[in-house]
Amino acid sequence: MKRLLASLALTTTLLAAGAATAGTLDQVKQRGQVVCGSNPSLAGFGVPDDKGQWVGFDVDYCRAVAAAIFNDPTKVKFVPLSAKDRFTALQTGEIDLLVRNSTWTMSRDTALGVSFTATNFYDGQAFMVRKKLGVSSALELNGATVCVQQGTTTELNLADFFRSNKMKYEIVSFATNAETVRAYDSGRCDAFTTDTSALYAERLRLTNPDEHVILPEIISKEPFAPVVRKGDEQWFDLVRWVGFALVGAEELGVAQTNVDEMTKSESPEIRRLLGVESKFGEGIGLGNDWVVRIIKAVGNYGEIFDRNLGDGSRLKIKRGMNALWSKGGVQYSPPIR
Amino acid sequence: MFGDGAERPPKGSLTGNPAVRAAFFQILLVVALVALGWWAAGNVAANLRAANIATGFGFLWDPANFDITQSLISYNASMSYGRALLVGLLNTLLVSAIGIVLATLLGFVVGIARLSKNVLVAKLAQIYVELLRNVPLLLQLLFWYNAVLKPLPGPRQSLELGGGALLNNRGLFLPTIDAPAGGPAALAGLGVAALACAALVLWNRRRVEATGRSVPVLPIAIALLVALPAVSLALFGGAISLNYPELRGFNVAGGVTLLPEFVALLLGLVLYTAAFIAEIVRAGIVSVSKGQTEAAEALGLRRGLVTRLVIVPQALRLIIPPLTGQYLNLTKNSSLAVAIGYPELVQVGAGPVLQNTGQALEVISLIMLVYLIISLVTSLVMNLYNRRIALVER
Repeated sequence: MKRLLASLALTTTLLAAGAATAGTLDQVKQRGQVVCGSNPSLAGFGVPDDKGQWVGFDVDYCRAVAAAIFNDPTKVKFVPLSAKDRFTALQTGEIDLLVRNSTWTMSRDTALGVSFTATNFYDGQAFMVRKKLGVSSALELNGATVCVQQGTTTELNLADFFRSNKMKYEIVSFATNAETVRAYDSGRCDAFTTDTSALYAERLRLTNPDEHVILPEIISKEPFAPVVRKGDEQWFDLVRWVGFALVGAEELGVAQTNVDEMTKSESPEIRRLLGVESKFGEGIGLGNDWVVRIIKAVGNYGEIFDRNLGDGSRLKIKRGMNALWSKGGVQYSPPIR
Repeated sequence: MFGDGAERPPKGSLTGNPAVRAAFFQILLVVALVALGWWAAGNVAANLRAANIATGFGFLWDPANFDITQSLISYNASMSYGRALLVGLLNTLLVSAIGIVLATLLGFVVGIARLSKNVLVAKLAQIYVELLRNVPLLLQLLFWYNAVLKPLPGPRQSLELGGGALLNNRGLFLPTIDAPAGGPAALAGLGVAALACAALVLWNRRRVEATGRSVPVLPIAIALLVALPAVSLALFGGAISLNYPELRGFNVAGGVTLLPEFVALLLGLVLYTAAFIAEIVRAGIVSVSKGQTEAAEALGLRRGLVTRLVIVPQALRLIIPPLTGQYLNLTKNSSLAVAIGYPELVQVGAGPVLQNTGQALEVISLIMLVYLIISLVTSLVMNLYNRRIALVER
């Protein structure tokens, strides 16, 4: 139903002559808040906590954008979106920005009328099974029943993996992640497959988390990135550079605790980042202290990671590929200059 | 407008002629509608282009790259989106067709039971109708799927239902008959027997009309239907072997599998729709005037014959039109399968197909068009049947 409504909304938007695509930043400023599409049920990435406050790695990205614009990370309205509804919601203008563990692929980037800004999390797909099955490798899953969420790259990688390894499987697919996990938990499937980070998060919600094991094979590349509508370069630049600023701040050792002192730093790189020298904020329609605002509100990339996904969280996901390039990972910020 | 005939303008004036003017406004309306449609379509196309969203139905021939649980035709991930949609459509038709047959049978039984003189039977039927009719179908589907079928034991602790059938949380597994060597001959025998039965029925009907005496059609028909295939099997080699489902690796293999998603959807649709059909049947029967029954009884007909020859034919005239509506509802309601993961048209179409192509307008309009066609065809068939049984006034 929701999908039909969304399509209807899309139709209506498309019918309206000359639908406005430019000026997202102006609209956001006028409205007084950023409308951000988020995952409502993925621990670590996006989920409302017991007080109704949205928390998570992706949620903090939206907060960083709000902080950059309004100097207030709470000026975000989160719209919970399923995997199926997310791109339609963005296309129709229901949301300004989609940060919802969405994999950057060529077809999505070129055919959906949306643009991915820059990878904020490098993930890969894996399988989870019950320990008592005695399976230790994804290559032993021939003939298994696999639960997967519909309309995801996961569903496509799953088909590829079994096809290229000449194995058979029974697929059971559901529209929502919650339904998929519930089906796996009830024993409808032998295996559950999704992105590794999500497997760790979902395992915590199973009836008996200790009875399940995540198999070692990573079968896909899943670079997650924030998504914006095509046709508004200013907004695209803003969202993209908020991400680079988070990584850049970590590279330069600028953190939530020391950001005020850092404004007095002698280092020209830090002075440019924090807007003490030059006027890079103006280039994306913001004040020059935009990075100071962001870091004060949510911290740098490393702090956000640690708080939501890493050792500071229940998930304990290792930085791995998401470590800075200088520490063996691939997170890398183009220079702010 | 021209309440008073005296005010009518003279006929010769073109603008004053009501018929001409009515036609003019109708044509104007049609032109305006077509223009609006044209403008809207052009606008959509222009905006889609401006938003850089792919358009057109070319995607139907692109490879789908995803798998589908249940398919009546051969399908794999390397086939096209069009093929995937066809698989979804066939799954919709499968569950609708079986659902319509079962719901009709159950609905007639319950509807007649509600009129039973046996209080217990009548009350039970009433409780069934009120309970099933008043709970939203979506909840019923979720109940059958999540509360009944999913908690069943896993494949290694399957429940044995006897006759080789297995039931577990992966589905209902039934044994199948392997085609024996004499299979085609047996099928041919069955076909000949069926033709012979039809001829027998026609011949018997003429005989009854001519002489008032009939031959026992049913026993002869059954004998024919059993004997001819059996003889052909015996002649052409007919070692019938059953293919029993058994545990192999992760899952039960062999035989035929009814997925829990399919069973839950079918159960939900049949039980829900049957409650409505029961009420329609009851209304139809009650509407036949009591005088008809009394007149038939006065002629000396037995109760069964009264129902079969006098009441049902008259009741059917009232039952068929609303029954058509229920058939359409059942078909359309099958799209609720989205909630329980049965891969029918909407689940496949609005799911992975829409998601991976991003072409919401095309996919949703295609699905709507297909439902429209299914509904129109169903209505057509039912209307033809209705015309056949309609009362012929003499």
